[in-house]
Amino acid sequence: MALKIPGILYDQLRQHGEATYPHECCGVLVGEFDEAGGKVVKGAVECGNTRTDSPANRYHISPSELVRVQREAMLAGRDIVGFYHSHPDHPARWSVTDLAEAHWTGCSYVITSVEKGRAVLTNSFLLLDQEEAKHFEDESLEVIEQ
Amino acid sequence: MAIKVLIPTPLRPYAGKHSVIEVTAQTVGEALSDLVSKHPDLRKHLFSEDGKLRSFVNVYLNDEDIRYLSKEATPAKEIDTITIVPSVAGGR
Repeated sequence: MALKIPGILYDQLRQHGEATYPHECCGVLVGEFDEAGGKVVKGAVECGNTRTDSPANRYHISPSELVRVQREAMLAGRDIVGFYHSHPDHPARWSVTDLAEAHWTGCSYVITSVEKGRAVLTNSFLLLDQEEAKHFEDESLEVIEQ
Repeated sequence: MAIKVLIPTPLRPYAGKHSVIEVTAQTVGEALSDLVSKHPDLRKHLFSEDGKLRSFVNVYLNDEDIRYLSKEATPAKEIDTITIVPSVAGGR
């Protein structure tokens, strides 16, 4: 299984992390699930980070934005397939906080490390299992032409 | 007509793989009760053991968070849409 993302959207989410540096950026990935359980991203929706108390190391997407994005995605015959955020001056690996706050089983959580304002690595992690046993697995991130 | 409940992707495996489920109710709480009566596997994903909505589960009536309305007692009409969205947060 893999998360496939067009290059233009991959660049967009990385640039979002650079634009909000030294704060964390965040957004929603909209697309389609295929029958094998893989996903294709069709859109990346930039969201505001509501954690204004600690934006350098925390992010939170307003549920109101999630409701709007989910509604618009469903009208377009698509789904929320994942989320992205940045780790300013920190590795592109999920943290304990990332796991504790992750609740969208089956979705991808894409993390970009941004060092001194420049996006470096972007990795994807798949959230698996039910809430009490949830865990992340490394997920192949394939940048595609379209 | 019935009230539409939009089901987020992580909960669809427990809701017959449906993205939208229609329920009959006078309040949001009744709508959620009808929802879990139709799809019992959803219950533990929406409610804690004491019967309260789990802290990370957001429920919206149209564009409003029911926490800022009358919570589960919020009246719901047939033209309304209820949206369930788990929260999205984290940090390094």
